[in-house]
Formats: sequence, structure tokens, C-alpha cells
Amino acid sequence: MTAPPDDCLARNEWICGEYLSTRSEILLDAVLQHLQLTLVAVLIGVVLAVPFAVAARRWNWAAGPVLGLTTILYTVPSLAMFSLLLPVYGLSASLVVAGLVLYSLTLLVRNILAGLRAVPEETRQAARGMGYGPIRLLLAVELPLALPAAMAGLRIATVSAISLVTIGAIVGFGGLGNLIYSGMNTYFKAQVLTASVLCVIIAVVADLLLLLIQRLLTPWTRGQNA
Amino acid sequence: MNTLSSAWDWLTSAANWSGANGIWNRLGEHLFLTVVCLALSCLIALPVALVLGHLGKGGALAVNISNVGRAVPTFAVLVLLLLSPIGSYGSWPTIIALVLFAVPPLLTNAYVGMRGVDQDVVRAARGMGMTGSQMLLRVEVPLALPLILTGVRIAAVQLVATATIAALAGGGGLGRIITAGFNLASTPQVVAGAALVAAFALIVETLFVVAQRLSPEWARGTAG
Repeated sequence: MTAPPDDCLARNEWICGEYLSTRSEILLDAVLQHLQLTLVAVLIGVVLAVPFAVAARRWNWAAGPVLGLTTILYTVPSLAMFSLLLPVYGLSASLVVAGLVLYSLTLLVRNILAGLRAVPEETRQAARGMGYGPIRLLLAVELPLALPAAMAGLRIATVSAISLVTIGAIVGFGGLGNLIYSGMNTYFKAQVLTASVLCVIIAVVADLLLLLIQRLLTPWTRGQNA
Repeated sequence: MNTLSSAWDWLTSAANWSGANGIWNRLGEHLFLTVVCLALSCLIALPVALVLGHLGKGGALAVNISNVGRAVPTFAVLVLLLLSPIGSYGSWPTIIALVLFAVPPLLTNAYVGMRGVDQDVVRAARGMGMTGSQMLLRVEVPLALPLILTGVRIAAVQLVATATIAALAGGGGLGRIITAGFNLASTPQVVAGAALVAAFALIVETLFVVAQRLSPEWARGTAG
């Protein structure tokens, strides 16, 4: 009989290089699932949030219901949200995505609306005077000027979504959350710590990336910030 | 629709409300966790935020802690604490993880509220010969109260929501009904549990909004 290997995996240490080298494929798969869930959810969130915010800006009566509804959705705890959607989507990745979309809506709608409301009236009048129609006004003047506020919302929504994906482990689609969940049940310390740290790294990198995109998209604000 | 009516049946059957796994017991655990953690986080965050806000220092710290807090998944922290030596002491991992997540919104809102106090008023108070602590307690804190209370509200609702996650790691609270439902593959129970948690969170939010409406004008702030 051979003696069991005496490495950090056998000793169940928190930090373990063996774990990284032997389970790199599992980790990569989990990271990819994590990124995929976040990306799809945030993209759908943006596509839905823009018309909601534009509608709330254009018609005053729409602002109350839109903001109220998204705030109520945000209050619902994430574990409950995933569970409430269970009869609709079953145990699937769409369930997690749908839950995340509902969460990001609040943050995105609020921030895009705040950005649209902050567009100075004189700017809009000047654009109208130059012959801009309502659609061109929205696309060429209002939305670009609302971009900084919208991007701030997008950053918060993305970072929150990345950390919320972990709860998706309850239905088996939690990206790195799956590893944390199974690591918890088997007291696998290296797996829990590695997956947790990766979550935070993904969140920080995504935040910095969005900050960079914001800078590239809004060159006119750069002089003021410096 | 079938799932919804079975969930309603689950909720209305008396057997599910009593006993150690019953709704009343889980609701009590949830309430206990929320109240204890809210009290602890206020005790930790508010004095720090008020003093930093009074001195006008550490603003970047208050805001950055809040941003970092958002990036770290509660679930990960909970499991990490559970596997560490603290894990062998009952509900302490849950309480520590929850407090860690309630502190950032409290800290940021209280700090921003303190810094938002009209500096002319503060100068006037100093001109009247008030000491630092008098200014803090009689001028700045009352004026910053609306934002401080908003922070408490955000923290309370966040705690109700996050306490659910404790169930994933074997802790108590209403989340247990959901996780038990998943383990039994009973969709009606999962949905019933989720509805209970959502209702509880909304009730807490509503209570705070009503309390804010009923409070005297000066505590409400002009922004409503």
C-alpha cells in the first residue's frame, strides 16, 4: 500500500498551488459560466432599462410606476427571487439570468433617468433650434450626455451581478458559486478560498474595464476630471 | 398556476407553521438575526462615520469600503467564515458576515449626511461658542439625520435579504424553508418560502417608509 500524498490538498490548506494546477479546468469552466451569466444578464438589463428610463423621462406619469416597480423588485431577496422564478424557468441558467436582470433594472433605470433629467434645458432647446427631431435629439444629444450617470449605474449593476451570481449555486448555475457551495459541503478550504478570490478579482477587473470604456466614450468630460 | 395554488396550500396548512422547522420559528430566527446584526452594525458604523464626518476626514475610505463591500459575495464570506475556526461557534459566522455587509451602507450614508450639513450653520454654531461635541450632537447629527436613517433603512432591508443566504450554509431563518424545499424537490414549498421572504422584506421596507413619513419635519429632510 502506498502512503497518501502529503501535499497541501491532503492537508486541506486554505492556499494550495496543487489545487490550482490540478483543477484549472474546473476553475476555468466556472469562471466562464460566471462571466457568461453576468454578461447576458447585464446586456438584457441595459436593453430593457433604456426604454423604461426614456419613457419615464418623456411622460411624467410613467416615472412613478416605473421607479416604484423596479424598487420593489430590488427589495426581494436574491434567494427568494431565484426561487419565485422557479415555476417559470425551471432549474436552468435562464432562471439565474432572469433574476439578475430584475436586480440590475433598478440600478440602471434610476441612473439613466437621473442622467437624462440632468441634461440642461438650454442644450435641448439649442438642438431643437438646429432642427433636431425628437429621435435625433434623444440619440445624438440626450443619451450621450446621460452616459456618465448611466455608466455609473452600469458599474454598480455589473459588480453586484457578479457577486449575486454565486447565489445561483442553489439551482446549480452559480459559476464560481457552485465551487463555493460544493467546497462548503466537503470542507474543501482551497476550493472555497480560490473561488471567492476569483469572484472578487472578476468584479474588480470588470469595474476597471467599464471605467476605461466610460473614459473612451466620453472624451469631453476628461478635461474637467483632471 | 398549479404551482401557485400548491404553494398557497402549503402556506395555509397549519402543520407548516408549527415546530422547529415551522414558519413561526424560522420567522423568529430571521427577525432575531436581522435585529441583532442591525444593532451591531449601527454600533460599529455610526460612531465612526459621525466622527469622521465631523472631522471631515476619511471620505475616500467611507466610499471605498462601500464599493469593496459590493464586490465581495456575501455567500463567499459566509462559507469562508464557516470553514475557519469561527465556524464551530453556532451562528457567529452568519452574524459576522451579515454585519460586514450592513456596515458599508451605514458608513457611507452617515458620512455623506454629515458632510452635507450646511457649513454656514456649522460656522454659526462655532461662533456661538459651541464645543466640538456640542456641535456634533446638537447641530450636525440632527441635520444629517434623514440620510443617516436612509442608511439604516438600506442596511435593514439588505440584512433581511442577506439573512436568507445564511440558510445556504446551514444557518437558520426563512431561507431554510427555501433550501429545504430544494432538497425535497418540492417546488410549492420553495415558492411559498420565497413568497414569505419577499413579503417580510417588503414589510420591513414599508415600515421604514411609514416611520419616516410619520416622523417630525426636521427628521424627514426637505427631499422627503
